[in-house]
Amino acid sequence: MGRTSPASNNIQHRIQGAKMSGFDKVVGSYEEALAGLEDNMTVIAGGFGLCGIPENLIKEIRRKGTRGLTVVSNNCGTDKYGLGILLVDKQIKKMVASYVGENAMFESQMMSGELEVELTPQGTLAEKMRAGGAGIPAFYTATGYGTPVGEGKEVREFNGRQYILEEAIQGDFSIAKAWKADRYGNLVFRKTARNFNPMAVTAGRIAVVEVEEIVEVGSLDPDEIHLPGIYVNRLIQGTFEKNIEQRTVRSA
Amino acid sequence: MALTREQLAQRVAQEFQDGYYINLGIGIPTLAANYIPAGVEVMLQSENGLLGMGPFPLDEEVDADLINAGKQTVTMARGASLFSSAESFAMIRGGHVDLTVLGAFEVDCKGNIASYMIPGKLIKGMGGAMDLVAGADNIIVTMTHASKHGESKLLSECTLPLTGKGCIKRVLTDLALLDIEDGSFILRERAPGVSIEEIVNLTAGKLVVPDEVPEMTFAAGQPGGN
Repeated sequence: MGRTSPASNNIQHRIQGAKMSGFDKVVGSYEEALAGLEDNMTVIAGGFGLCGIPENLIKEIRRKGTRGLTVVSNNCGTDKYGLGILLVDKQIKKMVASYVGENAMFESQMMSGELEVELTPQGTLAEKMRAGGAGIPAFYTATGYGTPVGEGKEVREFNGRQYILEEAIQGDFSIAKAWKADRYGNLVFRKTARNFNPMAVTAGRIAVVEVEEIVEVGSLDPDEIHLPGIYVNRLIQGTFEKNIEQRTVRSA
Repeated sequence: MALTREQLAQRVAQEFQDGYYINLGIGIPTLAANYIPAGVEVMLQSENGLLGMGPFPLDEEVDADLINAGKQTVTMARGASLFSSAESFAMIRGGHVDLTVLGAFEVDCKGNIASYMIPGKLIKGMGGAMDLVAGADNIIVTMTHASKHGESKLLSECTLPLTGKGCIKRVLTDLALLDIEDGSFILRERAPGVSIEEIVNLTAGKLVVPDEVPEMTFAAGQPGGN
């Protein structure tokens, strides 16, 4: 249950050498970033559609060939991009998501029973991650009461209204994308690419974050930090394709 | 005449009040943003983490980091704010959003709504719809009154898996505006030129028809206007 993962920190220390601060989260390669990710683990991923997804960490999981994964993320990418690329070699055993449309491969694997799917309301999913990272084992919500989502779950009445009990989610790993970070892992997100990323980071036993830019410690205004580095175990700078699912424009 | 998509959007927008925070679902609800009445200022909430959604960007303004819940590129309005999904749904579940507009496959006269799944056919997921219907007090469902084959979608009991139970109080269809009260649909307005008889025939759930059922009115110069 603990947030700290001494094992991963030790790995980092070996990688970084003795001179680095114990707070320095930067790792040197994507391989190192996901060291220790094994078959049948649970991975929590940030992102909404293709916006703010940890695209290079996903590619590294594809390259590694890790299988039997339970993946928790709002969506499962598209046929070509994001988490969708993990479907090609059937690396995902179970998907927990709120919306899985626009992905033909996903649909066919789900229909054939190769891929288990747990549809979870978007707000419940965000709160499950938040609770998972905040040491709250479960929470009551009105969302899903009286629907298939509420089936088999404890129901309790508060102030005359019915609520269902939803359990928190924690991952063996979480993978997330932020805009900027300092070397201590203090994170700044950009626009709607924030989405599920902060909660995903907090809910992973080993939280791996990739960013567009790593800046020196002290150069971020503490007031502008969206998520403190205490939640981050490994940090890496990458380059991003940032694909757009629906490019909608107006004319001038 | 049944309302066009644009007229549905325009009628929805007549419900917008100055100072409202509004969440608009994908499709017709989103179109309503084009018909915000003059003198009314609203702020649109997009559940992926944006309050104060603006129009689509100009070509050179497109930003992959700025999308709406329909995954379309958008802009930010003056006074916009950005936040995480957890914060976004805290707003929604905490009842801070003044109006939610979303589509549905079926509603029934008990206020139940089915909008996210057709077993064996369409299993894409509920996205934020379950949270929105559970969290909002003021919800308008926009939908066609009946299927292409003339089967009513306003039922005595939903047949599809529910998105929410007992949470819908107002439905706008291409034929009528109806409230749901005490286990009945109440016919409030009808589309211009649509008879009460036609609405009665296409409403499967219990329907109460008041003595006066005015036709919807649309401002001149707008779709459907005179």
